[in-house]
Amino acid sequence: MSQILEAPRKKREKMTNTMLLMTISIVIFIALYIYAVLNIQGFDKPEMFLNLINENAPIIIIACSLTIVMIGGGIDISVGGVIMLTVMSCARFLNENQIADQTLGVIVTLLLALGIGLAFGLLQGSLVSYLEIQPFIVTLAGMVLAKGVASMLFEDWKVLQKAQGARNITNPKVLHEGFKALKNLKIEIPWLGYISPNNGKLIPAKIEIGAVIAVVVVICVFLMLRYTKKGRHIYAVGGNQQSAMMLGINVKRTRFFSYIMSGMLAGLAGFAYLIHDASANITSVGVRYEMDAIASSIIGGTLLTGGVGNVIGSFFGTMILVTLKKVIKLDPAIKVSYIQEMASGAMLGLFIVLQSIVLSTRGKGKMRLPEWLKFGKRTT
Amino acid sequence: MPNETVLEMRGICKQFPGTKALNNVDFTLRKGEIHALMGENGAGKSTLIKVLTGVYEKDSGSIRIDGVAGEAQIHSPQDAQNIGISTVYQEITLCPNLTVAENMFIGRDRGVGVRWKEYEKRAGEILNNLGIPARPKQELSRCSLAVQQMVAIARAVDMNCKVLILDEPTSSLDEKEVQMLFELMRDLKNRGVGIVFVTHFLEQVYAVSDRITVLRNGELVGEYLVEDLPQVELVARMMGKDLDDMVDLEAVGEKSQGSDEIVYEATGLASTECKPFDFRIRRGEVNGFTGLLGSGRSESVRAIFGADRVTGGTVKVKGLRKTVTNPHKAMKQGIGYLPEDRKRDGIIADLSVRDNIILALQVMKGFFHPMTKAQMKSFADEYINALQIKTASQDTPIKSLSGGNQQKVILARWLLTHPDYLILDEPTRGIDVGTKLEIQRLVLKLAEENMSVTFISSEIEEMLRTCSRLIVMRDRNIVGELTGEDLTQAKVMKTIAGGGQ
Repeated sequence: MSQILEAPRKKREKMTNTMLLMTISIVIFIALYIYAVLNIQGFDKPEMFLNLINENAPIIIIACSLTIVMIGGGIDISVGGVIMLTVMSCARFLNENQIADQTLGVIVTLLLALGIGLAFGLLQGSLVSYLEIQPFIVTLAGMVLAKGVASMLFEDWKVLQKAQGARNITNPKVLHEGFKALKNLKIEIPWLGYISPNNGKLIPAKIEIGAVIAVVVVICVFLMLRYTKKGRHIYAVGGNQQSAMMLGINVKRTRFFSYIMSGMLAGLAGFAYLIHDASANITSVGVRYEMDAIASSIIGGTLLTGGVGNVIGSFFGTMILVTLKKVIKLDPAIKVSYIQEMASGAMLGLFIVLQSIVLSTRGKGKMRLPEWLKFGKRTT
Repeated sequence: MPNETVLEMRGICKQFPGTKALNNVDFTLRKGEIHALMGENGAGKSTLIKVLTGVYEKDSGSIRIDGVAGEAQIHSPQDAQNIGISTVYQEITLCPNLTVAENMFIGRDRGVGVRWKEYEKRAGEILNNLGIPARPKQELSRCSLAVQQMVAIARAVDMNCKVLILDEPTSSLDEKEVQMLFELMRDLKNRGVGIVFVTHFLEQVYAVSDRITVLRNGELVGEYLVEDLPQVELVARMMGKDLDDMVDLEAVGEKSQGSDEIVYEATGLASTECKPFDFRIRRGEVNGFTGLLGSGRSESVRAIFGADRVTGGTVKVKGLRKTVTNPHKAMKQGIGYLPEDRKRDGIIADLSVRDNIILALQVMKGFFHPMTKAQMKSFADEYINALQIKTASQDTPIKSLSGGNQQKVILARWLLTHPDYLILDEPTRGIDVGTKLEIQRLVLKLAEENMSVTFISSEIEEMLRTCSRLIVMRDRNIVGELTGEDLTQAKVMKTIAGGGQ
C-alpha cells in the first residue's frame, strides 16, 4: 500500500502528455532554426522569421482547425477545399460587385468567407455528430464538393470573361481598394530590419495583417481550449467518448461545435490568403493545405487518437514544416522541389514514431509499442 | 418508510423481448450500510441497477428515496444523480487525459469558463478528506487503477449522494488496492452513505458487507444479514439449489473414464480473457468445467480452441508440441468447439441446414477443394438421421428450426469433422428436456467411441451425470478437481464456495 499512498504533496507534477509533446516540438523548432541561421543565407535576418509567418498565415490558421477537431478525436480534410472555395468566391464577388466603400467591402467579404466556412462546418458537423458517419468520409466528400464548386465558379468565370471579349483569360484578381489597403497595411519594425546592400536604405521587418490574424487565432483558440468548458469538453470527448458521456457531457454537441469551429477557421484562412495573395489561382490555392495542417498538428503534439494536443504546439509544428521547406528551397546544394515533399514526409514519420516512443515509455499513454520494441524496464 | 431507510424499491418488474429480466423484485437500502447484491450472470443484478440509475425504465413497481416526497421519478442517469444516486461502474468512466480535479468537476456546472483554481482547491480538500492518494493537478492516466476508481467515487460523493452504487469496482484491482477501496467504503458508510456493492468475488462480500440480497433468474431469493448466511449457503441460494434436497437423478448411461493416452495437454495456457491454467484430457474421457456463470469456464475452453487471443502457455496434442492460437489451427489438430452462444457464434441463420452442417468440414478441407453436391447431401442425410434432427428438408434455412434442433445441426457440423477432442459449451441451454437427455446420451456414446469431450453446462446435474472429472472454477481460477466419489452437488458447491476445503 505504501507505494500507492506515497504522494508527496509538494512534488512538482510531471508534465502532461500534451505539454511534453508540445515541448518536444518547440525544442526541435529551435534546433532547426539555429541550424538554418548558421548555414543558410537569409536566415540570419529576423525578417525571415516574420516572413515565414506572413507567407503561411492560412496554414497556421487551419492547423488550429485541425488541432481542435483532432483533439476531439475527429479529422477534417475539407479545410483545403474550403479555402479554395472561399478564395474563389470572394475574388469573384469582389470582381463582380463594385463596392465603393473600402471598409464595407472588406467586411462583406469577411462575412462571406466565414459564411462559407460555417456552412461547411454545419453540414459536416451534423453528419459526423448526429448521424455518426465516419469523419474521414464526410470531410473527404466535403473537400471534393468544395473543390468542385470552386472549379465550377472558375469555369463560369472563364465563360464570362470570353463573353466580355477578354483576350487572355486570367484568374479572378482582387482589385478592391480595401484589400489593397489591407495588403499594404503592415506593421513595420525598423529595429529588426536591415540596411540594404544595394542602396544603403533601411528595410524594416514587416508583419502583415494575415500574420496578425493567424497569431490572434492561435491565442484565442488556445484560450478557448484551455479556459472554457467547451474547450475542456472537446478534450474529454477525445480522451474517452464513453466516459465523457457518463460525466454528463453532451458528446454530440461538443463534436458538432468542433467541426463548426474548424469550418469557420478554414473560411477565415481563405480570407487571410486573399490579403496576402490577391489572385484566385484554381491550381494552387488551398491545394494540399489540409495535409500540411494535419502534419503540423501531429508534429506539434496532437494525437490522431484524440484527447492530447495544443495549438501552441501546432503553431510550432507549422513553423517546423515551413522552415524545413524554406531551408531546402534556399539551400544551394539542393534545388529540386520533391526533396521538400520527402523531407516533410520524413519529418512527419519521425514525429509519429517519436510520439509513440515517448508515450509508451511513460507507460500509460494510449499508443503502445509491441513487446519486441520495448527497451528498459519490462513490467509484468 | 422507516427513518433509517434511504432507498426502497418495491415490486420492480422489467420485461425485455423474450425474457423477464426482473420479476417483482424488492430491494431495501439503509443509511450507512454496505449492501451486497448477489446473483449469477443474468440473474438481474445489472438490470436492477440500470433501473435504479435511469438507464432502463421499469415496467412496474415503485422506487422511494429518503428526502424525496412520493415516488422517485428516474428517467435518465441525470435524474438519478439529481436525487442523490451515484454510480461507479466497473470500467472507469473518467477521462484519462484530463487532470484529477477536472475529472471531478467536468460536466457538472453551468457557465462558460473553467475555474481551475477553485476546482483544484476543492478537489484537494475532498481528496484529503477521503484520504485518497491523488493530487488535483495529476493527469488521471498517471494514477493507478485503484486511485482512478477512488477519484470516480470522490466525484460521486461530492455530488452529495445518498446512495452509492459500486458495480464490480474491484474486478481490475489487485489485493492491496482492494483493501484501500474497502477502507474508503467503510469510511463512507460511517458518514451515512448507503452503498450498493455488486461483485462476483464472494470473499469480498463477506469482508465489507452488512447485508446481502440474492437474485436468481430475475427474481428475489431473499435478503439476509451477512452473519446469517454462510458462504456455502450463499452459493446454494445463487444457484437455486437446496443443500438438503440433492437427490442424484438416474444416470443416462455408463460414464467413461477414458484410456491412458493423453489427447490434449496445456501448461500455463492463458488468453486475453483468462488467467494461465493447466489442463489435460485423456482419450475417451468426458470432463467438465463448472463454476458460477462468469467464473471463467467458457473463457478457459475458448483459450483451448484459440477463440480468444492466446497470450501464453504450451500445448501438446497427442504428445507433440503444437501451436494452437486460432480456431483454424485447433481444427487442424482435431479439436472441435461448440460455442456457448448459439445464435451469435454458432448458426448462420440464413443458410440451409445442409450448408450449416457442411461448413466446418469445408473449412478444414480448404475452399479450393469443393465437395460435390451428392457428397454434401449424403453427409447431411447421415447426420440428420443419426441425430434425429427434425427439419422439413436439407434446404430449410436453419433459423426456422427449433433451438434444440439448431443445436443438433451444429453438433453434426463438428461430428462430421471427426474431431479427437470436442468441446461442448452449454450445448443444452434453452432446449427441451427430451433433447437435453438425447445430447447427454450422445456425449457418452461419443466417449465410448474414443472421442474426448469437455462438457460445460449451467446445470450441475447434467455434468454430474456425464462427466467423470469436474474442474471447478471460481473468480477465473481453477480451485479444485473432483472425480469419482466426490462428484456430488454438495461437494461441487463447497468447492465453489470455500476453495476446496
